[in-house]
Amino acid sequence: MAQAAIIPTPVEQEAIVPEVAPKKLSMVVFSGDMDKAMAAFIIATGAAASGFQVTMFFTFWGLKLIQDGNRTGSSVFGRAMGVMNRGGIDRVGPSKFNFLGLGRWMFKKMMRSHNVASLPELQEMATDLGVNMIACQMSMDVMEIPKETLIPEVQQVAGVAAFIEESSQSQTTLFI
Amino acid sequence: MTLTTADVTLDLEGMLCPIPVVKVAKAIKVLAAGGVLEATASDPGVLIDIPAWARTTGNELLSIEREGKVITFQVRKSS
Repeated sequence: MAQAAIIPTPVEQEAIVPEVAPKKLSMVVFSGDMDKAMAAFIIATGAAASGFQVTMFFTFWGLKLIQDGNRTGSSVFGRAMGVMNRGGIDRVGPSKFNFLGLGRWMFKKMMRSHNVASLPELQEMATDLGVNMIACQMSMDVMEIPKETLIPEVQQVAGVAAFIEESSQSQTTLFI
Repeated sequence: MTLTTADVTLDLEGMLCPIPVVKVAKAIKVLAAGGVLEATASDPGVLIDIPAWARTTGNELLSIEREGKVITFQVRKSS
């Protein structure tokens, strides 16, 4: 009789911390700024590397970090928002000194020269380590961002109750 | 301090937070219990980060030393 192939699960947090219930860290990512996003993803990857089960709940401006960059919006305001607040993790600028994008370019250059991981790289690492990325249904509706324009790595679209459940089970909950 | 023979060696030189900890976590996943991982790094943050990571994950820090700009450490996977 042939042996069944053992397919390893993509998330193997338990291999790092051999406990029944892994420690949890929940995070609201409200900001869409590059500097705050860096903090969010560095904390998320650091926690995941330390054996935590991490959930990142992207809401409002934070939705920019999980969009694929295509235009969004259906109403006049929605479409105007889609142009002014164009999504895509590579497009976000620092919360200060953005100077219409010059600051963003400057910070990217500085990070590269110091060999610091870029935002897209950090996001890829986070997915690789099993970080859960959830999008906020309500702010997606308000900003008229359809699910199809989110990156495929986003596991689900949910509301506040789903986040509160995760948060209530987490040792640490952050608001970025 | 005598170093144990490592099962896996990582070169983390030039890499800054959070990469060293992320790479160590990923590499140690594929080791069997008792396996030893050795790495060299240049980020001074590693001196605090790796011991903290070991405490949080329950893995054993065997040694961590700094020679000039190069930091060498060894961790053993616990179960």
